[in-house]
Amino acid sequence: MRYLPLTPADRAEMLGVIGADSVDALFADVPPEARLPGPVPGLPHHASEMAVERHMAALAAQNLAAGAAPFFLGAGAYRHHIPASVDHLIQRGEFLTAYTPYQPEIAQGTLQVLFEFQTQVARLFGTDVANASMYDGSTACWEAVAMAGRVTRRSKAVLCGGLHPHYVATIETMARFTGDQIDSRVPTLSAEPDEAGLIAAIDAATACVVVQYPDVLGRVPDLAKIAAAAQAQGALLIAVVTEPVALGLIEAPGKLGADIVVGEGQSLSVGLQFGGPYLGLFGCREKFVRQMPGRLCGQTVDADGRRGFVLTLSTREQHIRREKATSNICTNSGLCALAFSIHMTLLGGDGLARLARINHARAQQTAAALAGVAGVEVLNHAYVNEFTVILPRDAREVVRELADYGVLGGVSLGRLYPRQPELSNALLVTATETTTDQDIHALAAILGEVLANAHEGSPT
Amino acid sequence: MNAPNVSGWRPAMGEGGGEGAPIVTTSGDRGLSLEEPLIFELGRAGTCGVDLDEVDTPVVPGLARFLRAAPPALPGLTEPETVRHYTRLSRQNYAIDLGPFPLGSCTMKHNPRLNEKVARLPGFADIHPLQPQHTVRGAIGVIAELAHWLVTLTGMSAVAMTPKAGAHGELCGLLCIRAALEARGDARQVVLVPESAHGTNPATAAFAGYRVENIPATAEGRVDLAALTARLGPDVAAVMITNPNTCGLFERDMKAISDAVHSAGGLVYCDGANFNAIVGKVRPGDLGIDAMHINLHKTFSTPHGGGGPGSGPVVLSAALAPFAPLPFALRGPDGIIRLVEEEDAPVHHPQSFGRMAAFHGQMGMFTRALAYILSHGADGLRQVAEDAVLNANYVLRSLEDLLDAPFAGAGPCMHEALFSDSGFAEGFSTLDLAKGLIDEGFHPMTVYFPLVVHGAMLIEPTETESKAGLDRFIGSMRSLAERARAGDPGLKSAPHLVPRRRLDETQAARKPVLVWPEA
Repeated sequence: MRYLPLTPADRAEMLGVIGADSVDALFADVPPEARLPGPVPGLPHHASEMAVERHMAALAAQNLAAGAAPFFLGAGAYRHHIPASVDHLIQRGEFLTAYTPYQPEIAQGTLQVLFEFQTQVARLFGTDVANASMYDGSTACWEAVAMAGRVTRRSKAVLCGGLHPHYVATIETMARFTGDQIDSRVPTLSAEPDEAGLIAAIDAATACVVVQYPDVLGRVPDLAKIAAAAQAQGALLIAVVTEPVALGLIEAPGKLGADIVVGEGQSLSVGLQFGGPYLGLFGCREKFVRQMPGRLCGQTVDADGRRGFVLTLSTREQHIRREKATSNICTNSGLCALAFSIHMTLLGGDGLARLARINHARAQQTAAALAGVAGVEVLNHAYVNEFTVILPRDAREVVRELADYGVLGGVSLGRLYPRQPELSNALLVTATETTTDQDIHALAAILGEVLANAHEGSPT
Repeated sequence: MNAPNVSGWRPAMGEGGGEGAPIVTTSGDRGLSLEEPLIFELGRAGTCGVDLDEVDTPVVPGLARFLRAAPPALPGLTEPETVRHYTRLSRQNYAIDLGPFPLGSCTMKHNPRLNEKVARLPGFADIHPLQPQHTVRGAIGVIAELAHWLVTLTGMSAVAMTPKAGAHGELCGLLCIRAALEARGDARQVVLVPESAHGTNPATAAFAGYRVENIPATAEGRVDLAALTARLGPDVAAVMITNPNTCGLFERDMKAISDAVHSAGGLVYCDGANFNAIVGKVRPGDLGIDAMHINLHKTFSTPHGGGGPGSGPVVLSAALAPFAPLPFALRGPDGIIRLVEEEDAPVHHPQSFGRMAAFHGQMGMFTRALAYILSHGADGLRQVAEDAVLNANYVLRSLEDLLDAPFAGAGPCMHEALFSDSGFAEGFSTLDLAKGLIDEGFHPMTVYFPLVVHGAMLIEPTETESKAGLDRFIGSMRSLAERARAGDPGLKSAPHLVPRRRLDETQAARKPVLVWPEA
């Protein structure tokens, strides 16, 4: 077995030192009836590297990779170009095979990266501080709702209609068990988000208002207006960013009054990976720092007075505070944070702004092409790289038919909102810097064909 | 003369050197010991290491009022500068690739590179979670195949694949328990947790809305069955047990504990962080467990990455399986495995407690874990457990004459060896020995955990350490134990031979500096 260095001679010698007759004697505390006499039945035995690689490659070949098709999916997971240097650097063993930096003297590499990452996230979000990452955007979002409850000592969360339904579901799951009250709504197919309706739902019992920016339909809510309304009632505004590239173009939520900003960092070099691992981003006002969930890296000095970094404020965390911790999170998304941080370093603020412009231009080009398809209407007045189109029939069917033509044409709202028939003709379409002219032409042409052949089914 | 350093970054200079004269370098670097400033000190506004076209298309009119006033204040670096920055930083880290990393309870084993290679196949790395399911059959196949292994290895009924790490898995398990109890109209409010448990256990129980009560350990480091049984009653929803436990011992009474909890109407959660000790040897399902998370980043070797990502699938008993979160992999009558989502849950998985996170879980970890599992097979995984336990017992018996091992007299340990600082000279503690280990070129063991042992040192060598590597580690440990017993002052100020000496954690917490200030 190529991963096991002990030889039979080593094992015999070590048993001699231990004073045991056999390895089985070391399992003496396991009751005999629970000890299996041999390998677990019904499972194959070991395999060579080549055989395993062949098996895994065969499974991979059964998937239609985004890069192998005209690709327009988003809805919380975005396909962007990953610079070659990023994937190389995160595979350095000193990053890849290190643990959580609990021994700071020999983890300054990871710790300095985390400090740089926290600073990048805080500046991107326009918040005072940011943490060292969460699992993903959806779990960061419910952690923010829980934190708002601790800060305000209230238990009602008002969710905007444009919040990603998986995020809504995650929050509602937790609320079922914590007893928090969740006031959520589904989006309506309007060109602008319903800010008046949202603001009307905020009252003196509201702990937080959760607003996605841009929202799940790609629309851009007026955060400043909602922030003012929330704060007038003593509630916090939680802004949710599922596409950080958008912040190269539109104003940082913290600058518009958001008290907590959470997000999904997957866009910057984490990759699509069928949904995980992703990267939860979490920033907030400095005055809330002791209520934050997750790890924090802070600057300090060593015994010689030299600058260094440590994990800090750990009295918030489970390994110290146990049942009184601000969160149960332990392992987070360290390596994904490294990838994000390297990509952000390569881009810089100007690069991010230019990348967002390119994304927006590609989306405009895609929207224009789709608007030219008979029966298709673009919903949004404002969007960055993702927008909604209304089709003449159920978008779920259309997505499946497009896939049969080898086109991954978008995310149907029916997939996201199966109980909302009024949304079922809507399709979310995303374009990024990876989208080519040919991709756009293929989408428009094949969509036109699919819609024209409404009742003929998919090609054989 | 050295130029004054205005960056706020103070490189190492001055100490050491021959014949009394300190060796001073102008750069602050010392040979291969390289210092590295922050990107905010190195980078420049306007610099970009990615070639991007200039676009001057006007934005859509509706967006104009939302545009940001200025680009984010983030410095950029070109590719060569970026590669150098992170490569230099990486050299300030210890890692499994450099040597033993015997952190108890963390299972820092070798991370096979095949797993990295397969996870990067475009068919896995470059697929979107919301693609039509018929375009991602292979991804669903990976989930199904891994699920089959996890269920079979543990002897359980089903597995929830979506939890994102161990603590998230604990939450999943407790929410299944809570949903199952609510479904039978039973509003129990208490979760019992042993004193020796990981901090995530009580934190999770509290997050799931339960009141947490501790149960004591016996003098030999196991759950006190009598005390536990005495506390059981109609208010106890669940007991969370770690097995093997955090003292590195198998809970001999596990089946009796499960039976007692079940007959009192409660359910049994097992923290599977230490599954590596028994994988392929013992099926937790045979011990009456109702739910157990498996840290794929421990037992199944997905890389820890400096603190994640992890993955924490939860195996479930038949009683809990109907409540598992969405999405849930289910084999249909046609033999095809589908991911049940919100759309078809009312028909196929109606009692699910709901969704815990967006999308389908840690796919990138599933591919790595499956490659690891297939490489070992059922026979190799059994060997993994045996070698892990053998290595730990070898360490235990090679050190117990010099280091107090509180539970060693009672018999063998499992995959980790536990010591205390009893017998050290006055004023010397576990921390000093741990920092001395850093100078010896090793990562320290887990320290001050579990809480039930004073000055605990928990050593988990894992099965991927060779005997020669263990002998070197044992040699260093013996020397350090002697120095700690003798009160060697040099140990008190360790580490000396590293990029940074002991760091001032009090100062870091008193007035936290969590971000670099904008110029």
